[in-house]
Amino acid sequence: MTVSSTSHQQEHGRFITVMKDILARPSGRIGLTLVLFHILLALLSPLIAPYDFKLQNSSLMLSPPSSEHWLGADHLGRDILSRTLMGGREALLVTGIATPLAVIWGGFIGILFGLVGGRVDEVLMRIVDAFLSLPWILKMLVLIVTFGTGIGVLIPTLTFFYGIPVIRVARAATHDIIARDFVWAAKARGHSRISIIWRELLPNVLDTLMVEGAMRWSWMLLAFSSLSFLGFGVSPPTPDWGLMISDARGFMSFAPWGVIAPVIGLSSLIIGINLSADALAKALGIDRAQKAPM
Amino acid sequence: MPQSSFIDIKNLSVGYTSRNGKIIPVLRDVNLSITRGDSIGLVGESGSGKSTLALAAMGYFKRGLHVISGQVQFDGIDMLNIERNALQRLRGGRLALIPQNSGQSLTPNLRIGQQISEALRLHGDLPATSFDVGVIDLLSQVRLPDPVGLTDRYPHELSGGQQQRVAIAMALASNPEALLLDEPTTGLDVTTQAHIMELLRDLAKDRNLAMLYVSHDLGAIARVCNKVMVMYAGETVLTGSAKQVLLSPRHPYAHGLLVSIPRLNEASLPQALDGRPPMPSETITGCAFADRCKLADQTCHKSPPPLNHLETGEAVRCFHHDQIGQLNQKTEKSARSNPTAADKGTALSLANLAVSYSQPGLLSKLFAPQDTPPSTVDRITIDIKKGETLGLVGESGSGKSTILKTIAGMVPAQSGNIILNQAERLDMMVEKRPAAHLRQVQIIFQNPDDSLNPRHTVAQVLAQPLRLYYGLSGTPLRDRSIDILEQVRLGEHYLERLPSQLSGGEKQRVAIARAFAADPEIILCDEVTSALDVSVQAAVLDLLDVLKRQDGTTYIFVSHDLAVVKAISDRVAVLYQGRICEIGPVAAVYSAPFHPYTDALLGAVLEPDPDVAPRLTADDVVELSPPKTGCPFQRRCPRKLGSICETDIPTAQEIAPGHVIHCHIPQLDL
Ligand SMILES: Nc1ncnc2c1ncn2[C@@H]1O[C@H](COP(=O)(O)OP(=O)(O)O)[C@@H](O)[C@H]1O
Ligand code: SF4
Ligand code: SF4
Ligand SMILES: [Mg+2]
Repeated sequence: MTVSSTSHQQEHGRFITVMKDILARPSGRIGLTLVLFHILLALLSPLIAPYDFKLQNSSLMLSPPSSEHWLGADHLGRDILSRTLMGGREALLVTGIATPLAVIWGGFIGILFGLVGGRVDEVLMRIVDAFLSLPWILKMLVLIVTFGTGIGVLIPTLTFFYGIPVIRVARAATHDIIARDFVWAAKARGHSRISIIWRELLPNVLDTLMVEGAMRWSWMLLAFSSLSFLGFGVSPPTPDWGLMISDARGFMSFAPWGVIAPVIGLSSLIIGINLSADALAKALGIDRAQKAPM
Repeated sequence: MPQSSFIDIKNLSVGYTSRNGKIIPVLRDVNLSITRGDSIGLVGESGSGKSTLALAAMGYFKRGLHVISGQVQFDGIDMLNIERNALQRLRGGRLALIPQNSGQSLTPNLRIGQQISEALRLHGDLPATSFDVGVIDLLSQVRLPDPVGLTDRYPHELSGGQQQRVAIAMALASNPEALLLDEPTTGLDVTTQAHIMELLRDLAKDRNLAMLYVSHDLGAIARVCNKVMVMYAGETVLTGSAKQVLLSPRHPYAHGLLVSIPRLNEASLPQALDGRPPMPSETITGCAFADRCKLADQTCHKSPPPLNHLETGEAVRCFHHDQIGQLNQKTEKSARSNPTAADKGTALSLANLAVSYSQPGLLSKLFAPQDTPPSTVDRITIDIKKGETLGLVGESGSGKSTILKTIAGMVPAQSGNIILNQAERLDMMVEKRPAAHLRQVQIIFQNPDDSLNPRHTVAQVLAQPLRLYYGLSGTPLRDRSIDILEQVRLGEHYLERLPSQLSGGEKQRVAIARAFAADPEIILCDEVTSALDVSVQAAVLDLLDVLKRQDGTTYIFVSHDLAVVKAISDRVAVLYQGRICEIGPVAAVYSAPFHPYTDALLGAVLEPDPDVAPRLTADDVVELSPPKTGCPFQRRCPRKLGSICETDIPTAQEIAPGHVIHCHIPQLDL
């Protein structure tokens, strides 16, 4: 048996233990079920949706739930059930790509800062902090207004902005780990820098980053939906929860179903991600300092 | 019964619900009653339920824990069914807690005076106008110097011992009738600890407190407690007066704990108490201690022993408590390896070594050379023989770790030489050292939780030195790893475990195995037993000694615990502020004549014997840097001669061959 295969088995065994631990917790079971449900829905909704989401039927305008249209119709007479079922696809696609990208670049830079340390690190972190203190919506609006909307702009924008807080977390975790005796011990044995980073530092920092990623995902979903709500996200007639809420809120008082359905869609996904992140953090033995976005 | 009990815990069982819904008890049917004026010591290995019981006395349970059955009463008040507000008023009011590290958890940005007046405002009955007087009164009660000046200071400007005193003062602000202490002096220096114990002892007496004192340190318990309760696996196994329990323990576990403590008046290694306590989730049919008990027989494994109340006043949970005498006969002292029988030459020479952490800029070097602070470590000259164990003792901040880190090449030397095997120079930092030298010096740290990567299995931990120094891989790597594991008395089945799946003692064994895997010439041990239970400490000391005998390894063994250093070392150097005060063979250093600092340290050691009082000669002020000239100990020395101690470096007086004391007091007066 070679050593690399032992460490491989080790990682494999760890994945199973962590999964088991997550599933042993009610939060993990409910959270993962919700997330999986939404992912499946995003993939299958075009097949399941009872009506064409674009189909306008002026006779149905703002009609309440009925046996044909279970969740009623919106102000253009489109089937709300079909639109709600499909309303998470864009959000999941964009955030599903942008979240890992954000964690990768933010994590990389954060670890780098942490390793460099000293004056340089301090100055750079000041800049990061100053940037973080600006309201996020302002930052994104500036970019979107400058470059326009669409997936091609949204993904890099979200990746960029949501990578910045990850820098902070990755840097703090790096500082934490490199001060510990096992890193000193490796240095004293005379291991190379690369080997110390690879073997001692990364496995520990990656745990933190995974939890951070799960959390950033739910924040990012909320941001994406807010952008859509403000009209900077998905362009009509593509169904999207944020946009649906925005469209329907004017008729809230007499046609509340138009708001309720996408709100349930969005919040169940965010709750699901949060519960999963929570269970993951506990399974990995990491304290989640930051609060959920709600 | 002279007095009705003040804190009364009856048949208390506390547990948590496991993931599969089972209730797992961590305290089982515990009874404890404390009257005013009583001071009860609670002892047992980590995980035995000491802290859970102490917190239960104030109606507090850590998250996840709940009461299964039983009662907790405080002065007749039912603490388990009390309204939340009333409970909160009691806690920190009539009932005060001083938790572990409470000194370090003072609010960092509030002045000492503000923190204490806040405590007075919350719980005391003083009018607001007399807070200032109250604060100063409290500070002087805990015997802090210059209480008036102290009110304006921030916590970080105080030493660990002073912070702990402030924490005690805050607990006293509410004029409590009962005091719960959870390891209040862990991590403090010998002299500081001794002073704080005297303070607690007097406070308890003056204020007629009901006191519950949790500690694994039987020396501290002996000093402040009149009764002792020993816990094992969530149960009471022995209660009695401090004298009964500490001097003639009637339970095999208590006996084992006591013989595992290294003593100043013995020259041999203490007896290890092998094995480990059962986890709360394990099902136990008989006596929980049976697996580790030398007196265990069939009966012990079949049914659990009841708590017997003896005529002498003790209560013992053991079937064979009347046979305890046999344990003393079965106890054969493990003789320590023969110190340096044959002189095999010098393993390591430190020649006039100095280390400084401050790096003065060029300008200050040129224009104000007198302003450069004195070196942290200076004038260290020691030749360590092959196969010898050199002990380094001193309080925290005395530069022990700094010396080890310099030898390991992790901190640069300011001047002086480090020479390996009389030939190879080790003055450079670790990155510049040739691979052959790296292998020859290994280091073991204090806290195995911190020195093992939580993500590495034991196999991966051991693979690191084996691959780096010997290029092993595949089957030879595995075989060698198993071989080394067996040497530290762990088996092959430990290979795939992660640190989180090991006990504290097992982790430290893995750390030791990792150092020995390099087959080094010299091993630097930095407080390697300080984070362990006494029972485990004895086993680790024994292991280190056996390995050394096998391999002829040289140790530099750093510790603040004088008894531990005495047990394992051949030669000892006593350090103060980075300078050697006294050095010589163990027997010589631990007996008169003494350097005044050695004398102060030895006098402050708390023996687990209620009849032995410490001798406190020097005060416990902590100094942050060494004096610029003269004797390093001048500011605290009780026997200081005068200005000569401030101006001249003390002469090295050779008392006997190899025994040197650095002091101006003439040899005959020492
Ligand atoms: N990295 C560091 N930077 C500056 N000062 C330090 C550093 N490490 C230790 N010191 C100082 O050096 C002195 C000796 O510390 P240390 O060697 O850790 O003592 P010990 O191990 O005996 O407790 C102390 O005054 C401590 O504050
Ligand atoms: S009951 Fe038996 S096993 Fe338990 S302590 Fe007594 S002699 Fe040992
Ligand atoms: S030299 Fe002076 S100050 Fe130093 S230990 Fe001796 S008597 Fe005390
Ligand atoms: Mg130290």
